[in-house]
Amino acid sequence: MKNLFLSLILTLPLLAGCTKNNNEIAIGEFDSMTGSDATFGLSSNKGVRLAIDEINAAGGVKGKKLALTAMDDQGKNEEAVSAVTRLVTQTKVVAIIGGVASGRSKASAPVAQSHQIPFVSPASTNPDVTKVGDYVFRICFIDPFQGLVMAKFASENMKMKKVAILRDVKNDYSVGLADVFAQEFKKRGGEIVSDLSYQAGDIDFKAQLTQIRSKNPDTLYIPGYYTEVGLIAQQARQLGIKVPLMGGDGWDSEKLSEIGKEAINGNYFSNHYTTESTDPAVSDFIKKFKAKYNETPDALAALGYDAAKILAAAIERAPNLSGPAIRDEIAKTKDFGGVTGKITLNANRDAVKSAVVIQVDGKNRKFITTISP
Amino acid sequence: MQDFVQHLINGISLGSIYALIALGYTMVYGILKMINFAHSDVYMVGAFASYYVARWLGIDSNPSIGTLIILLLTSMFFCSLLGLLIERLAYRPLRNSPKLNILITAIGVSLFLEYGGQVVFGADPKVFPDVMKDFVLFSGAGIELTSFDITVLIVSILAMFALDFLIYKTKLGKAMRAVSSNPSVASLMGVNPDRIISFTFIVGSALAGVGSVLVGMKYPKIDPLMGMMIGLKAFVAAVLGGIGSISGAVLGALIMGLSEEMVVAYLSSTYRDALAFGILIVILIFKPAGILGKYSVEKV
Repeated sequence: MKNLFLSLILTLPLLAGCTKNNNEIAIGEFDSMTGSDATFGLSSNKGVRLAIDEINAAGGVKGKKLALTAMDDQGKNEEAVSAVTRLVTQTKVVAIIGGVASGRSKASAPVAQSHQIPFVSPASTNPDVTKVGDYVFRICFIDPFQGLVMAKFASENMKMKKVAILRDVKNDYSVGLADVFAQEFKKRGGEIVSDLSYQAGDIDFKAQLTQIRSKNPDTLYIPGYYTEVGLIAQQARQLGIKVPLMGGDGWDSEKLSEIGKEAINGNYFSNHYTTESTDPAVSDFIKKFKAKYNETPDALAALGYDAAKILAAAIERAPNLSGPAIRDEIAKTKDFGGVTGKITLNANRDAVKSAVVIQVDGKNRKFITTISP
Repeated sequence: MQDFVQHLINGISLGSIYALIALGYTMVYGILKMINFAHSDVYMVGAFASYYVARWLGIDSNPSIGTLIILLLTSMFFCSLLGLLIERLAYRPLRNSPKLNILITAIGVSLFLEYGGQVVFGADPKVFPDVMKDFVLFSGAGIELTSFDITVLIVSILAMFALDFLIYKTKLGKAMRAVSSNPSVASLMGVNPDRIISFTFIVGSALAGVGSVLVGMKYPKIDPLMGMMIGLKAFVAAVLGGIGSISGAVLGALIMGLSEEMVVAYLSSTYRDALAFGILIVILIFKPAGILGKYSVEKV
């Protein structure tokens, strides 16, 4: 009797996991809702929720409502893996949207791959992410492209000759951008005068910056995340480094200017989209986003929104809700008119689209130019 | 050469921050012969206390000397209170148990504060209030000296002298030294060791509070795990200088700050911590008790 009771208790959660509402299609999402890059996950999640609410309001997909289960990975690789495992095995989702940070997507995508569940990353730009397998997609461009954009911008638009690089060695994303930037910038006749590193979590960068200052570069390329970039900008100005700083989409957060204050103004970074775009799709998205959350969407929110829309469109086209059927339809995405531009997925399951260069001005983002692949 | 002077300034400025935290480790060790691992987390709580108080008072973007003083007092108050509580609730009940038990408890308290902090304050980094306007005091010949660098250095040196005065020139200090050398004999002489130990925790934690405001001012990003690395480095600095020695802690911290800076400047930024800690290991091989520490033979 006691054993029976015990086994009942033990199997209850499993049974609960199996009960599925037939009028709903379960979609999973995981991201960093807390941790040092929490604004990434929170923004992305807002975009995803906006898209799903819209789709549901318009009648859902295949006549069913989309049910989103969002999980927090706390900014840790191991938590991302367990979040995806839970989504796949317990929530029984048909597809997963997830992973702004490349490291976390790379760590957790194999779980989705092995269960044949399509995995769509909104913003993981490291090239290795989609190499995990044929169920892993992304709707953003890849690091080499962001490195190339800034290399092109620095040498062609800004006519710069000497660049110093300061990279976060602990971060795949930062190393990826820095490598491609260095290679492309040299190819265009520029010179990398200094290539130094720091580690996420550091707060003092003056040693590296003093070192860089002595080389008199025309710009500093710092493809890191906003918390460190804010501090680096401040300390660079304290040391009397007056040249502009450049970076990638890891800069895109409200906190960048809160931490960096005036020091961050006038610097450039590459990004997926800008709120200043005149495209009606963009202004429409911004209006809806502001109405729902009362804030201006950043690029990650836009990417989250596009990811959910692309996924929903693929599910609608798919003959059934099996992983392989949905996968095949996602792969066929072509010229999808998203908020972040026309999105086409190539044979490597990466998106092909253009990037914008943006200048920081307090909380505002000034559109400078668009750079195509 | 210009660069060398700038590196020197950066290193001393970094070292003075380590010094403020190292003083807390060394004081508690001096009196209890225990390493208070929770010290660096008391420092973290101080930073958050001043963050919330500044917002509550509406002075979070009102940089002035007044703000600095209010936040210093706030942070010192909350840190002292927390230090006192930790001593009362976690360490005092274990006073007569083996040293290892207290050590493990200290690690437990540290983890409790770090991860409890993530629940209470949230894990995402917060932006520390504007405490003081940073301005360049001296600029030229490729050297930039800012007001923050000087403030941090002056406050650390003042704290060191105040502490020195307290320990060697006051009656309370005499009692502290007595408890440190032999608690049971000290209590025979009319000193209440429990009270003295509580007092030591209050002073040590208040110093961590000062450190937290200065760090927040200089590096305006605070999060619940901010004490981890800086605490580790300050602890190593205290050991390097000779744990239990006040001037040793400051000296050790300056060496620590300078060696980190110089490793990045002249060797490699990737191996900063590895090489900086490596240098410390080498020093400790030749001076096992630390630079200013007294090596005493344990009589069995």
